[in-house]
Amino acid sequence: MENKAYMIPNAATPCQAIFFDAELCTGCKRCVEVCRSDVMVPNPEKGKPPIVLYPDECWFCGCCAKECPVPGAIRVEHPLNQRVGWKRKETGEYFRIGMKNPPPPNTRPPVG
Amino acid sequence: MTEPKYIRAVEWPYPVNYGKENEVETDVLVIGGGIAGCHAAINAAKRGAKVVVVDKGAVIRSGAGGAGCDHWHLACTNPCSKIAPEEMMEIMRSFNNDYFFDEYGNGITSYILCKESYDALLDVEKMGVKVRDVDDEFVGAEFRDDETKLMFAYDYENRYCIRINGGVDIKVALYKELKRLGVKIYDRVMATSLLTEGGKTRARVIGATGVNTRTGEFYIFKAKASVLTTAAPSGLWIFSTELTGTFTWSDPNNTGEGTAMAWQAGAELTMMERSAGGLAAGGLSYPFFGTGNAQNTWYACTIVDANGKEVPWVDRDGNILESVSQRNRPVSGQRVFFVGRGRGPHFGYSYEIWGPSLIPDLPQRIKNGEFVLPLYADLPGMPEHERRAIWGLMIPHEGKSWIIYDTYSKAGFDPDKDMLQVNVMPPEQYVFSPWWKGMGPPQWREGGFVTGGGLLIDWDLKTSLDGLYAAGQQTAFGGDHALAAATGRYAGRKATEYSRTAAEARVNRKQIDREKARIYAPVGREGGIGWKELRAGLCRVMQDYCGEYKSEETLKMGLGWLNSIRESEATTVCARNPHELMRALECQTQITVGEIIMQASLARKASCNVLEFNRLDYPEMDPPEWNKFVTIKRENGDIKVGGLPFNYYLLPPYAPTFEENYKKHSGL
Repeated sequence: MENKAYMIPNAATPCQAIFFDAELCTGCKRCVEVCRSDVMVPNPEKGKPPIVLYPDECWFCGCCAKECPVPGAIRVEHPLNQRVGWKRKETGEYFRIGMKNPPPPNTRPPVG
Repeated sequence: MTEPKYIRAVEWPYPVNYGKENEVETDVLVIGGGIAGCHAAINAAKRGAKVVVVDKGAVIRSGAGGAGCDHWHLACTNPCSKIAPEEMMEIMRSFNNDYFFDEYGNGITSYILCKESYDALLDVEKMGVKVRDVDDEFVGAEFRDDETKLMFAYDYENRYCIRINGGVDIKVALYKELKRLGVKIYDRVMATSLLTEGGKTRARVIGATGVNTRTGEFYIFKAKASVLTTAAPSGLWIFSTELTGTFTWSDPNNTGEGTAMAWQAGAELTMMERSAGGLAAGGLSYPFFGTGNAQNTWYACTIVDANGKEVPWVDRDGNILESVSQRNRPVSGQRVFFVGRGRGPHFGYSYEIWGPSLIPDLPQRIKNGEFVLPLYADLPGMPEHERRAIWGLMIPHEGKSWIIYDTYSKAGFDPDKDMLQVNVMPPEQYVFSPWWKGMGPPQWREGGFVTGGGLLIDWDLKTSLDGLYAAGQQTAFGGDHALAAATGRYAGRKATEYSRTAAEARVNRKQIDREKARIYAPVGREGGIGWKELRAGLCRVMQDYCGEYKSEETLKMGLGWLNSIRESEATTVCARNPHELMRALECQTQITVGEIIMQASLARKASCNVLEFNRLDYPEMDPPEWNKFVTIKRENGDIKVGGLPFNYYLLPPYAPTFEENYKKHSGL
């Protein structure tokens, strides 16, 4: 533990809304271009994930994630205070997004 | 509001050039590239007009309906519909529903919707959107027609509302169609004012001004005809400084520029006094349809309590419905039913069209201990086709809930096995609306969005200003996706027709210079109020002086506050980049729209149940002489108030029937 500390303003919002996997993101900026609110700006470094500049203005419409050509490169996450849980009917087990030891993903695509 | 010294500002990523002028000339200018705007532009371009679309966001996804659409409403002319447009109008005008309440409604846009909703859907299908069950996933489902492969929502017998297979893809398809037709698109340009002949109020509209929200450059759009397809104002009563993007139902960028600029140009507006509580949600509650429920997108899901006990569904007379299928059928002798607001204090649907619902006394029965919280949406208990229709078809294609499907699926939610929880609220909240999204604070109201006010239009969808047409939410009572599409295509035709004979637009330089001085004022200021504080303060004025209960005294105080803020704090709001400039200008829009709403509220000197309009100084509810539309406009610096009978659209100079007016005006 290094004894160094910094003066940093508080984050503007309860959550970051949009997250990038820097390994997967190619920096194509398609998400930047589809965003209705200009929540993100291009990274000055070419090929790097965009910067989430105004997460507080995100409407959580999900269009950025829908547009992303690389599966898993972008993740939209509703803040913790906007998620409900679910109960498995047979077993009574209770799950939620973000829990420790989550169930495996359900990979069934939507209709259409 | 300068940066604290310890923050190192990083340079703006886009080239900035405040005030640099770009001139664009066109036949038809479409202001607002949402659903209505895209259909308007496409239909104008198909008729050979040169078309420009200007949008504050990015047309590929912008607008209230840009993220998706799960059901296409009032498609009365689809081959399976058992209700023709004329009969649907008769039903809607007779019995309270989402489009007409006690005759408050828009006969023109509603009829256009009934006539062209399905045509608009076919347009979208031609653009490559999956509309039918082409993959045969729902063969044998009772909501599917095997011949056409169309799928229906809600009333399975009358089949006037269509479930769309690819609703999430609609906006991208519209965008590609615009490109294909050579429509010029100006993304990230916020329209700020209408240009008029000679720069005069109430003169012919000849275009608009705009500012680029990335570069700060200025735009002058000269047009022979303009179509206003911006969204209704939203977010006027509550502003969340923490989650600004989720404090409205509608896209939070829909602050009402269209309404404000039309007002400034002298257009006549109606129904602006109406606002409604309980519509918005936001950071304090849940994403729409992101919790277990049984309404709209989730209709008609089985709900169980914490012990697995099923909450019964009943018909309009309280008879228990034993099967899931009955939830989608009118009762014996009932012509049709509507899914919607049910039986609330203001928006009670008429008994004649009440649909099936969960037991209306559920709140009491939770309090009695008969049902134990939390409740769950019992998807596994639904028949397979119904389960897949809710979680696989409606949720991922409705606006904003594709991401709900995506994130919950990735986290392991499986509708075959799992029951999504219903948010836990006080028992009395388990009635229609809060189920979608949890509770908001009591002052939370919304104005124009769905069944609210807007521009007065005629049978050409022309506004009271020459050269200016309107569609979608910008018209009074303009609401859903299908209405935006249907009226958009109609307005696109009419604007094109007008542009063919319209004279060349000659822009008034003084009008341009005035607007430039106004919009660039926040740039380079230091030490003033930030846009967020300003917006929250303006919302407080609306909460206190234009809330659920109003009076001459409080409304006039409210107008005083707005004007005082305009002269003071609003002249200090600063913009450190073009994006902040957009937000600062939205505050000015908010002041103007707030003034319009308060002026309209002053003009209606009576309480009105349907408008959720309570005047403490005129407490009598709906006195007969006030059963009319109140209209307002600016004239010679004054506010001019007028009134129109409810059925003005069937009175002279118009023809007495919907069919005749449509035939004469539709341009088909």
